[in-house]
Amino acid sequence: MLSPIASLSLSTLIEKLQSAELRSVDLTTAFMDSIADHDARLGAFVHLDRDVALQQAADVDAKRDAGESQGPLAGIPVAVKDVLCMKGQPATCASRMLKGFVPPYDATVIAKLKQAGAVVIGRTNMDEFAMGSSGENSAFHPTRNPWDTERIPGGSSSGSAVAVAARMAPLSLGSDTGGSIRQPAGLCGIVGMKPTYGRVSRYGLIAYASSLDQVGPFATDVTGAALLLEAIAGHDPLDSTSVNKPVPEYSKTVDHPLAGLKIGVPVEHFAEGLAPDVEKAVRAALEVYKSLGAELKEVHLPHSKYAVATYYLIATSEASSNLARYDGVHYGHRAEKFDSLGEMYEASRGEGFGDEVKRRIMLGVFALSAGYADKYYTKALQVRRLIRGDFDSAFREVDVIAGPVTPTAAFKLGEKTSDPLSMYLSDIYTISANLAGLPGMSIPCGFTAEGLPIGLQLQAAPFEEERLFRAARMYERETDWHTRLPPMAH
Amino acid sequence: MSYDVIIGLEVHVQLQTQTKIFCGCSTMFNPDHPNVQTCPVCLGLPGALPVLNGHGFRLAVKTALGLNCQIAPYTKWDRKQYFYPDLPKGYQISQFDLPFSHDGHVDVEIAADAKSGKAASSRRVRILRAHMEEDAGKNMHDESGHGRDSKVDLNRAGTPLVEIVTEPDLRSSEEARRFLEELKLLLTYLDVSDCNMQEGSLRCDANVNLHVHQPDGSKVATPIVEVKNLNSFRFTEQAIEHEIARQWKWFQETGIKLGDKGGYKSTRGYNPDRGETYILREKEEAADYRYFPDPDLVPVLMSESQVAEIRREMPEAPALRRTRFESEYQLTGYDAAVIIDQGREFADYFEGVVKSCKDGKQAANWITQDVLREIKQREQTIAEFAVRPEVLGALLDRINQKQITIKSAREVFGELLSESDEQSAAPSVSRIDEIVAAKGLGIVEDAGAIDAAIAAVLGRSAKAIADFRGGNEKAIGALIGQVMKAVKGADPQTVKEKIIAAMSQL
Repeated sequence: MLSPIASLSLSTLIEKLQSAELRSVDLTTAFMDSIADHDARLGAFVHLDRDVALQQAADVDAKRDAGESQGPLAGIPVAVKDVLCMKGQPATCASRMLKGFVPPYDATVIAKLKQAGAVVIGRTNMDEFAMGSSGENSAFHPTRNPWDTERIPGGSSSGSAVAVAARMAPLSLGSDTGGSIRQPAGLCGIVGMKPTYGRVSRYGLIAYASSLDQVGPFATDVTGAALLLEAIAGHDPLDSTSVNKPVPEYSKTVDHPLAGLKIGVPVEHFAEGLAPDVEKAVRAALEVYKSLGAELKEVHLPHSKYAVATYYLIATSEASSNLARYDGVHYGHRAEKFDSLGEMYEASRGEGFGDEVKRRIMLGVFALSAGYADKYYTKALQVRRLIRGDFDSAFREVDVIAGPVTPTAAFKLGEKTSDPLSMYLSDIYTISANLAGLPGMSIPCGFTAEGLPIGLQLQAAPFEEERLFRAARMYERETDWHTRLPPMAH
Repeated sequence: MSYDVIIGLEVHVQLQTQTKIFCGCSTMFNPDHPNVQTCPVCLGLPGALPVLNGHGFRLAVKTALGLNCQIAPYTKWDRKQYFYPDLPKGYQISQFDLPFSHDGHVDVEIAADAKSGKAASSRRVRILRAHMEEDAGKNMHDESGHGRDSKVDLNRAGTPLVEIVTEPDLRSSEEARRFLEELKLLLTYLDVSDCNMQEGSLRCDANVNLHVHQPDGSKVATPIVEVKNLNSFRFTEQAIEHEIARQWKWFQETGIKLGDKGGYKSTRGYNPDRGETYILREKEEAADYRYFPDPDLVPVLMSESQVAEIRREMPEAPALRRTRFESEYQLTGYDAAVIIDQGREFADYFEGVVKSCKDGKQAANWITQDVLREIKQREQTIAEFAVRPEVLGALLDRINQKQITIKSAREVFGELLSESDEQSAAPSVSRIDEIVAAKGLGIVEDAGAIDAAIAAVLGRSAKAIADFRGGNEKAIGALIGQVMKAVKGADPQTVKEKIIAAMSQL
């Protein structure tokens, strides 16, 4: 049974905490209890530290009692993906390679969460090193979809999506390199956003593909996502790729509808491979916008057919380099048996990494090798610019682009594990936002006949998160998809 | 058959920054306390990101300008990927295809050699490129023979380096050594590196081969050998000498040319105890470092005005200063070189002395002899030397004003030094006059006293007078000496003239 507190909206929780009607310790306890009830079945968390979480909550309560000023998320539990470093807490990326690794520093987003008064409630499961679309690549255990536990929740931020979908946390942080926030948000029926590249600091985010990775929020509603992004966004002198632009107060404007909204509908996202029930729900969502006065306009993203190929060259190239540091020398897994330095590297990496990670490292090493780099890596960079160019042209005509998040609703565990290519295609609609550096979000827009959530993807031009939130909220106000709870949470 | 020696150098220079190239850790040389100057960034911990040290980049630009290089308006950072325990990220952040500077030159002067009769010469060494990169850490292996664990010290990891790559323009081991000396002088003048070779602040790899003259006038190249990690100028010279002899012998025995089967580029080390190079990697397969642009760093843009601003901050380069000393102060090339080669502070000292005494030649004489001797004896730097330039300048000025003789000035100089040794305080200008007065060293203008002394000396020196009259001009020296002894501070030239006049009247 779900605690009545756990099913309240984030805004309500914040009000209750601020009015001292609710104490953070009680709220945190309620969510910890919810985790205790459900997570054995769902596998959303890889590390919980009840004492640390309750201590943070108690500190917030004490500060409130003392009348001290509070951060915007004061007392709110937030689950974080196991890819973000937090001082003194293990950070494993759900990999054997980093089992037992405890970072000595806070990621900038973690420091910002603490500043905002949030209570870090636990660390969530994921595809190993954020490589995967189903959550099945965790070295520890898979995560299950709360709407149907025989199905995958999406990935790679599987645990963060499930934690919020099953109301084990009101908010969570994920990371999105090719769809790793939007895809599981869509498949789990919650709100997830990937901000513009550079909007949120990557310092302390364990890198998969540095030029694509971005940290972003999960929430049950648009306002929650807006609040969380507001707390973590901003320039960071520790991240050269973070952009020095003021952060708008998204939560203050989220309820202002956009007049004369022009929505681009990319024909390429409604093509072969899109499941009919998904298409139906997405088209219905577009009709809702139309009824709100929005203008729908067909747009073309001609290079989007190359997006998956481009992504799997750039992301794997960067990954092959980013993951070179896991060599068993300074930290992380080291093999026990070896006779030479070379063997130590081979055995440690051979034992420490799972199959998908190895597959991507090998792809990346190949794509960057002398004689091949021009054909693959460099060519992919050229295509990446063309993809960005497609979006630039489209956004000269429309304010947001809308379409499906994924071609199908959640598939079954094990269904695609032996076919990496078909797994890769589940990110077909989300990948181009990473390649182009754009913000994108997923909001619930319906259910399949089997009762599985369907997500609507909205994308905007760089640094137009405010517009995205407002557009998303326009739709959310007219629908109740986001208020539905998965069966197991009833 | 004869041959030309072809040498190109790759020199790694540690820049003199307080903090590392991509993080805030100290760059202090600290081998006794391993891994204390580290943080998540230079340890390569998961999630940590590099941020460029802007000051370090400016020092690198200064270095390149000193090498007469072009500064690229756009430069980026690349990852050079290989596995090694002293490289915690599994890649080194370096620069591959777009280095921040390129196409410069350094002129190297080679002094004449009296022994071999070789004339002085000079060589323009072209600089192909200079790029910036991070240093690796240091592996320490068990040398006890018990096979204990190797250890890694990452204090040095992330220290900013500039790698300077020359064209293969050097033609002898001596030229290579002279190039390194000139480079060190330049870098210390520019204050960009301390070039301390013991601490690894300057490290050199030498690419060496021979172009052997054929009877038909053509030339064939011997396989190129890269001698790695030469950590002194002398070893560099010796290693190249050994390589030349070894390659020549091998070529005569086998005739194998560069590019033939068995004629691959190879890598060697140098063993200074044996005076020999030894093989490290036989067949230099082009290592695939899988370079690609580092997505964690942004490109650096340098406008012409930014370059101009850095250029304005730069001190005069030693080569230019040397020529200026020759023309402005009428120094010989030799004296100018001696002063310049002692470093920027020494040259500044010289100019400080000249400012006070207005006599470059006099100042050069004193500084290259007396001052240099004294600081060497005291194992001091010029900055530590007690007699400051304005004091020495004032002393030399008194010689020029004919207030004291050179001999007296040396006595005052010695006295100033021994006083400062006792009191460990720098003497002031007024102390010069006190010593001159106390010791009665002022030039005596009193013609009566000199005349009386001459009369007395001549009265008892019949033999010397006879010798002088007999054509032995040296005999007068003894007479001058006796008069000077009697009248301290007399000007020897005046005394000499008066003695000659007096003798002619005897």
